[in-house]
Amino acid sequence: MLLKLLELVGAFVMRRLEEFGTIVLLYRDTMRELGHRPRPRHILSQMSHLGVDSLLIVSLTLLFTGVVFTLQTADILIKFGAQGTIGGIISIAIGRELGPVLVGVVCAGRVGSAITAEISTMKVTEQIDALRVMAVNPVNYLIVPRMLACMIVVPILTVFGDVIGVLGGWVIAVYYSGISSYLYMNSIHTFVEVFDLTGGVIKAIFFGNVIAVLGCYYGLHSPDGAEGVGKATTRTVVSSIIAIFILNAILTFILY
Amino acid sequence: MIRLVDVCKSFGDKEVLHHINLTIEDGETLAIIGGSGSGKSTLLRLLIGLIRPTSGEIWIGDTEISRLSEAELDKVRLHMGMVFQYSALFDSMTVGDNVAFGLREHTDMPEKEVQRIVEEKLNLVGLENVAHRMPNELSGGMKKRVSLARAIAFEPEIVFYDEPSSGLDPIMTEKIDELISHTQQALNVTSVVVTHDMASACRIADRIAMVYEGELIAVDTVENFKNIRDERVQAFFHTLRTVKEA
Ligand SMILES: Nc1ncnc2c1ncn2[C@@H]1O[C@H](COP(=O)(O)OP(=O)(O)OP(=O)(O)O)[C@@H](O)[C@H]1O
Ligand SMILES: [Mg+2]
Repeated sequence: MLLKLLELVGAFVMRRLEEFGTIVLLYRDTMRELGHRPRPRHILSQMSHLGVDSLLIVSLTLLFTGVVFTLQTADILIKFGAQGTIGGIISIAIGRELGPVLVGVVCAGRVGSAITAEISTMKVTEQIDALRVMAVNPVNYLIVPRMLACMIVVPILTVFGDVIGVLGGWVIAVYYSGISSYLYMNSIHTFVEVFDLTGGVIKAIFFGNVIAVLGCYYGLHSPDGAEGVGKATTRTVVSSIIAIFILNAILTFILY
Repeated sequence: MIRLVDVCKSFGDKEVLHHINLTIEDGETLAIIGGSGSGKSTLLRLLIGLIRPTSGEIWIGDTEISRLSEAELDKVRLHMGMVFQYSALFDSMTVGDNVAFGLREHTDMPEKEVQRIVEEKLNLVGLENVAHRMPNELSGGMKKRVSLARAIAFEPEIVFYDEPSSGLDPIMTEKIDELISHTQQALNVTSVVVTHDMASACRIADRIAMVYEGELIAVDTVENFKNIRDERVQAFFHTLRTVKEA
């Protein structure tokens, strides 16, 4: 009984490790192909396709995050006479953590799943084989443009989301909690450093990497058949979100 | 010349092809027949290097491809074209871009010339005014033809067909068969056609090879093939006769 359990756990761990290894290999291949034969048009079309699609949901997510964050903190801070810190606190929280992580999670859902759906459909319908038969490297043709697009788009969305989030905070601070706009802005000036923003952007670049490589990996290794596409996209979203949270903790540890 | 020497292929511990020996001459049309799941597609995928044999050698001309790197394989693949079982057209591109794909990827040909070749190849497969359409607007038979146009756009020396007429009506099947013969004559290519349609095989092929549960049980010219006294082969012919009598 116990032995059986151990066996099951062992097999599970082995499978995960194997999967992780394959992902690392795919990542390595992608990095190797990065310089080969750049395809600027593909990168741009991926950027617009993936970026524009996520703009609205990123805005909404960060707007309401800024709103509730201020609602929760403003009262207490005012009670302690620290209204002059609200803008700074919100900006740092959003710039360092909430911005990149939430944008990462949103993109995992929106961008990662789109990548997986597209690639796994191509796999199921033998389009990837067709690429290979026509002597075109699928990593170069499909994955590199998506990887670069994600590495550019996710940070841009993060900066954008940061601004929206801080703006959401400002609206509540000024129109609900009665803090002056000057005070809010001034506290941002006083407390926030450039690195609060750039650190978050660095995180976002890593998250972009994770989303692209996992999106592509699960697309390329989707189970056969039409329902395989659905399964693969779910896997991408779940694994990307987990990977983003773990990576975020590590990056916070290193960066700040 | 294509030569398979003692090729075996297993997926996991399941052996799908056992010790295949086969030679395909330049300019010849070989039909590979066999039942569902007998390993025909696997054989074709081995020949074009999409999968690698577990053991044995695969020679395309004087290159042994089974141990080449993917980049080296790409050089060999420039001389091969493939028509997939379900066409495998790139559904994000127009028909014209599909056919032009190889030319744009591998040559610096001016756009005008590319367009000319696209037009020419589409005409060759009997299609006109479809270059601007998307693949999902086409019928199955048209897709197959576009797929063939794409496969021959780069002037390959060898063309592989995986069930080119499966899922098509008998008239379209005959048209596709004609197209295969026509392509063979027009471009003098070596053709390898996987099919489970005996009638098709007889129409287009110089020789027929039969795969049965992963083994190559017979390879011979169409005439001789009919006289092979193997009940597995005869069973296949029998289906043909019953169809004709009906
Ligand atoms: N990638 C794979 N992994 C595992 N098994 C496979 C794989 N590809 C093929 N097989 C197995 O190999 C056997 C032969 O498959 P193959 O596709 O070559 O058959 P086929 O002769 O083309 O059949 P059909 O006429 O139905 O297309 C089947 O039993 C199939 O399950
Ligand atoms: Mg098949």
